[in-house]
Amino acid sequence: MVSALAERPVPATATGIAVQIRGVSHWFESKGERLDVLDGVTLTIAPGEFVALLGPSGCGKSTLLRLLAGLDAPRAGKIGADGVRITGPDPSRLLVFQDPTLYPWRSVRQNIALGLQARGVARENAHRIEAALALVGLEAFGDALPNELSGGMAQRAALARVLVNDPRLLLLDEPLGKLDSLTRMTLQAEILKLWQDAGFTAVLVTHDVEEALLLAQRVVVFSDRPARTVREITVDAAYPRHRDAPELQSLRRDILASLGHEHEL
Amino acid sequence: MNSITHPGRAATVDLATLAPAAAALDRIWRGGLIAAACWLAGAAVTRGWPDLTPWPRTDLFAAIQLAAALALAALALFAGDTPRLARLRPLDRWFGAIPLLLLVWQVLTAKTGLLPLPFFPPPQSILEVYTDDLSRLVESAAYSLLLLFPGYAAGGVVGFVVGVALGWSQRISYWGHPILRFLGPLPATAWLPIAFFFFPGTQSAATFLVALATGFPVAVLTASGIGSVNAAYYDIARTLGASERFLILRVAIPAALPNVFVGLFMGLGASFAVLIVAEMMGVKAGLGWYLQWAQGWAAYANLYGALIVMALLFSGLIGLLFAVRDRVLAWQRGIVRW
Repeated sequence: MVSALAERPVPATATGIAVQIRGVSHWFESKGERLDVLDGVTLTIAPGEFVALLGPSGCGKSTLLRLLAGLDAPRAGKIGADGVRITGPDPSRLLVFQDPTLYPWRSVRQNIALGLQARGVARENAHRIEAALALVGLEAFGDALPNELSGGMAQRAALARVLVNDPRLLLLDEPLGKLDSLTRMTLQAEILKLWQDAGFTAVLVTHDVEEALLLAQRVVVFSDRPARTVREITVDAAYPRHRDAPELQSLRRDILASLGHEHEL
Repeated sequence: MNSITHPGRAATVDLATLAPAAAALDRIWRGGLIAAACWLAGAAVTRGWPDLTPWPRTDLFAAIQLAAALALAALALFAGDTPRLARLRPLDRWFGAIPLLLLVWQVLTAKTGLLPLPFFPPPQSILEVYTDDLSRLVESAAYSLLLLFPGYAAGGVVGFVVGVALGWSQRISYWGHPILRFLGPLPATAWLPIAFFFFPGTQSAATFLVALATGFPVAVLTASGIGSVNAAYYDIARTLGASERFLILRVAIPAALPNVFVGLFMGLGASFAVLIVAEMMGVKAGLGWYLQWAQGWAAYANLYGALIVMALLFSGLIGLLFAVRDRVLAWQRGIVRW
C-alpha cells in the first residue's frame, strides 16, 4: 500500500489531510430503540489519498462521512484529522451530497459564494468564485437559478461550492448516484482531475464497484449495517483507468464476491 | 423573401402580395367587436325602453355603455395587434358577458320590475350612488385603509419575528407553541368586546385586533416554514463555516419565505373580516360603518355600491401582496396563482 501511495500521480505540493479513525462505533436512538450503524471501524487515510468506501445501501458509510465532516460526534472511538480530534465542522473538511442541495433562491454564483460569504471573505475573493465556476465548466451559468440546471450541472455547481473553499479533505457521499450513466462517466473523470490537480484527500462513499475501482487508490469494503470493514483492496492501476481493463475486472469480481454477490457474476 | 430568382420561392412571393389584405383582417380583434356590440345593445335597451318609474341616471348609464362600446370597437379595429392589447384579448368573453349581465339585470329591475325594490335596485341607481355620494364613499374607503395598514404591518412584523423565534429555538417553541395552539383558533373578532374595553379608543382597539388577526397566521406559518427547512441546507452552511446568525438570516428565513407569504395572505383575509366587523361595532367610520349606515336607511343601492368598492379595494390589496411575492420569490415557479 505504501508503494502504491508513492506512485500516485498527485503533485508533491499535496495539502491533503491525514485521517485517523480508531475503533469508531455509532448508533442512533429512535423511540427508545437503538439502531447500530457503525461497529468498531478503524481506518487510516494518508494525506492526498483517494479512498472509496464501498458497501450495501444504508449500511452506515454516509454516517462515517458525517462524522468526518464534524456534523455528528461518534458515540465511541476516536476520529482525527492530522492527528487532532474532530470536534465540529470546519471548512477544510467539506461534504458533497447525493443531491446537489443548492439553495434554490440563490443563483449558481451566489451558491458558490456561500462559504466565503459565511466566513465574511466573499468580497476580496470574488475572483475565486469566477475561477471555481470555470473549473467546473459553468462560466455561462453563473446567473442561472438551480432549478434551471440539469442534474449534472447542478452537481458540478455543488462541487464548485465546495472547491472554492480549498478543502483539504473532500467527502463525497454518492455524489453521482442520481445521474444518468453518461453524465456520471464525465463527472467521474472530472472529479479525478480535480483531485489530481488540487491534492486534497478524497473519501468517496459509493455502492458502485466500478466507480470505486475507476477512481480510488484504495477500496474499503463494508458489511451490512452495522458497518464493519470487511476488506481493503489497493488498486495500483495507473490513471486514467479504463473500465474494461482486465486488472479492474478481476478486482471487481473479487469485491463482488466479498459482498456476497459471486453468484451474479 | 429577398430573392425572386429562386424557383422554389415563386409561390411564396405570390402569396406575399396577397398578405397585406389578409394581415389587415387578422389584425382586427373580433372578440372585441362582439363585446362592443353587446355594450351597444345594452345602451340601446337602457335608452330605448322607458323605465317603469324614471331613474335620474338612466341617460348617464346609457352614455357610459355607449362609450364602452365605442372604445372597444376602436381598440378592436385599430389596435387589435398591439402587444399591450395582447394581454386583454383572451378576456374578450368577459368584456362581452358583463354588458349582457347588466342588460338582464336592468330589464328585470328598472324596465319590468320583476325583481322588487328596494332590495333589487337597478344598475343606474348604483351609478347614482357613485355620482351623488362619492365623497362619503371615498372618505370611508380611506378611513378603512388607514385603519387596516398600521394593524396589518404591525401584525405582520410581530408575527414574522415570533414565527422565526418559535421555528428556530426549541426553548421558545416549548412555551410558545402550546399558547399559540390554544389561543390561535380564537377568531380575532371574539376579542372585540375585551379590546374595546381595554384600549383607550375604538381606533386603537381595532388596530390591535387587525394586528392580532394578521399576526397569528403569519407566526404559525413562519414557524412551520422554518421548521421544515431541508436539514441538508444547514449541514452545508455549517461545514462551510456559517455562524448561527448566518444560518437564521441567510438559510432559514429565505427558505421559509414561501410559507411566510402564505401566512401574510391568510392574515390579510382575516384582517379584512376584523376590520369590517370593528367598523360596524364601534369605529364610526370606514366602509363597514358605511354598510351599517346604508342598511339603517334601507339604502340598498348604497349597500351594493359600497360592497363593490370593498371588493375592488380588497382584491386590489391581495393582488398587490401577490405582486410583491412574485417579485421576492421570483426563483420559485408554479406557485398558487391569484
